[in-house]
Amino acid sequence: MQSLDTGMGPETGRAGRKLRVVIAKPGLDGHDRGAKVIARALRDAGMEVIYTGLRQTPERIVSAALQEDADVIGLSILSGAHNHVAPRLMELLRAQGLDDVLVVIGGIIPDADVPALKQLGVKGVFQPGTSMQEIVDFINANVRTVV
Amino acid sequence: MKAVAPERRVTFKTISDTPVARVYTPEDVRDIDPARDLPPPGDFPYTRGIHASGYRGKLWTIRQFAGFGTPEDTNARYKALLAAGSTGLSVAFDLPTLMGRDLDHELSLGEVGKCGVNVTSLADMETLFDEIPLGEITTSMTINAPAAIIFAMYLVVAERQGVSWSTLSGTTQNDILKEYIAQKEYIFPPRPSMRVITDVFAFSTDAVPRWNTISVSGYHIREAGSTALQELAFTLRDGLEYVQWGVDAGLDVDAFAPRMSFFFNAHSDFFEEIAKYRAARHLWATAMTDRFGARDARSWKLRFHSQTAGVSLTAQQPYNNVVRTALQALSAVLGGTNSLHTNSLDEALALPTEAAATLALRTQQIIAHESGVTDFVDPLGGSYFLERLTRDLEDGAIRYFDQIDDMGGMVAAIEQGFPQREVAESAYRFQQAVERRERTIVGVNDFVEDHEPLEILYIDESAAERQASKLDDLRRRRDTDLVARTLDTLRATARTRDNLMPAILEAVRAYATVGEMCDALREVWGEYEEVATI
Repeated sequence: MQSLDTGMGPETGRAGRKLRVVIAKPGLDGHDRGAKVIARALRDAGMEVIYTGLRQTPERIVSAALQEDADVIGLSILSGAHNHVAPRLMELLRAQGLDDVLVVIGGIIPDADVPALKQLGVKGVFQPGTSMQEIVDFINANVRTVV
Repeated sequence: MKAVAPERRVTFKTISDTPVARVYTPEDVRDIDPARDLPPPGDFPYTRGIHASGYRGKLWTIRQFAGFGTPEDTNARYKALLAAGSTGLSVAFDLPTLMGRDLDHELSLGEVGKCGVNVTSLADMETLFDEIPLGEITTSMTINAPAAIIFAMYLVVAERQGVSWSTLSGTTQNDILKEYIAQKEYIFPPRPSMRVITDVFAFSTDAVPRWNTISVSGYHIREAGSTALQELAFTLRDGLEYVQWGVDAGLDVDAFAPRMSFFFNAHSDFFEEIAKYRAARHLWATAMTDRFGARDARSWKLRFHSQTAGVSLTAQQPYNNVVRTALQALSAVLGGTNSLHTNSLDEALALPTEAAATLALRTQQIIAHESGVTDFVDPLGGSYFLERLTRDLEDGAIRYFDQIDDMGGMVAAIEQGFPQREVAESAYRFQQAVERRERTIVGVNDFVEDHEPLEILYIDESAAERQASKLDDLRRRRDTDLVARTLDTLRATARTRDNLMPAILEAVRAYATVGEMCDALREVWGEYEEVATI
């Protein structure tokens, strides 16, 4: 099986350890094919992946990120709830002092909604057709590596 | 053997990774005896079709899945679809409804009306079918965990329209097993969920005899990434599991099996799909006689709805999707589908606009009335290739049946994570194949080009606001004590082995909400939590 090209060695991120990524499904949506494929791709690319499972609230996701010392939070949202979930999540991250966590969202996000998400601080929005490699590259390029 | 020119690939495989030969000859079907294995359509085991006259007798039902926003919004869309030539209705509910949550639950925020129509109580159901005569049309409702509740709401609406339940026809999807496997819209654990389903079987046999109590589904399993074989095998094995549980609950197989129906995906690999439908009919007929000794021919005949593959449609160059959908729909028709939904070109972007939904409907009408393929039954039957493919899928499915039987059945297999792992593995392999460009997706990994942005249906929070104010109003108007009593009865009944439908009907009539009724059941049965694995 071909492994994904990380661009960097597996030792990266803060203090030279593997990047830690929390993949979460917020809200009621149960369609997890994308989340699971991406989670596996990131793991194959040398990242430590924690998949929270389904039906997460923004509170639980932030709590997981805190507990897991996450560098990245990846949300998978296909249900249209992103305009509710993203602001809540970003607010909670700020309140917890987790501003430097890289937040990315994948799923069904209309073009019209992307600018507002970016304004909130969501760095990457991955719409249908995005490849696993693109996401790996984006994370590696945008994660804060400052300790 | 003649030398052949170099080919475009070393091996050719279906989208499910099944290798295919260059050409098929009588040698390839030596093990198939046409007299024994390929009787005419309408004859057991129905490989060639369950009706002797096929579409000459009756065309498939054009049943377009629709729902968004408020019941008023969706009611208008249903009227438009019926006016445009839809011959049956199909309801898409929003996630709060699907998950048995009222719209003011914290998990419902941002979700109301986005993926389907919000139905909180009987009042919403009445609005949804306002001026739509339930005695004259059939409705399929894609609802699973709260299916018995939504079914009860439909029954009460019909009753209030003066339609007798003995003539009422339609379908509730009511297939919880595929939720654990693929769609993940479960609420309760497997055992109580199976109990509700067998309660619906038992109730409907006498009370609503023309109702399809279940639509055992492979569509979602396929969308989650399975191969065609896995879709076929897991769906049918789910069906056999339901029959077993029904029989174990004391029901006579021929009393409920005739009203089981199925729902398959119509995916991109044209011939593989046609073979899959034929294999499904054959497998079901033989399993129903061999495993359960079913004697009524209606128990043997697999009837199915199909939907073209949403997952195959792209956000890039969306007009390409019209072509994909047309080809997929054609394969479903050549496979003998009894009912069909065609996706809209904006599937990967949003819920369909009216224009996109209409074009999808026209796609079916063009196939039905202009292509000529409906003038013969099972036109591809006898093709060496197709018969080989059909037989191989049957053999593969039987191997999966044996494997799942050895695990203790489908509920046990699900608890062990088996079908879920199979699906996830296939999904990952497919994505890798696409990214390595072993599999082309036009407009995505080849023939890439920018396109004009499309106008899409945008659902904002106004639907949630309108529904919230209706809910406030309902809570003020209804008899609170009566609601509380019906919920007590519901809880009490859930603790016994008595059929739940009467208690559900009473709670529905009192205008208890979907969330209230599901919470009552959550108190008794708990909630299912999947072990999250990648």
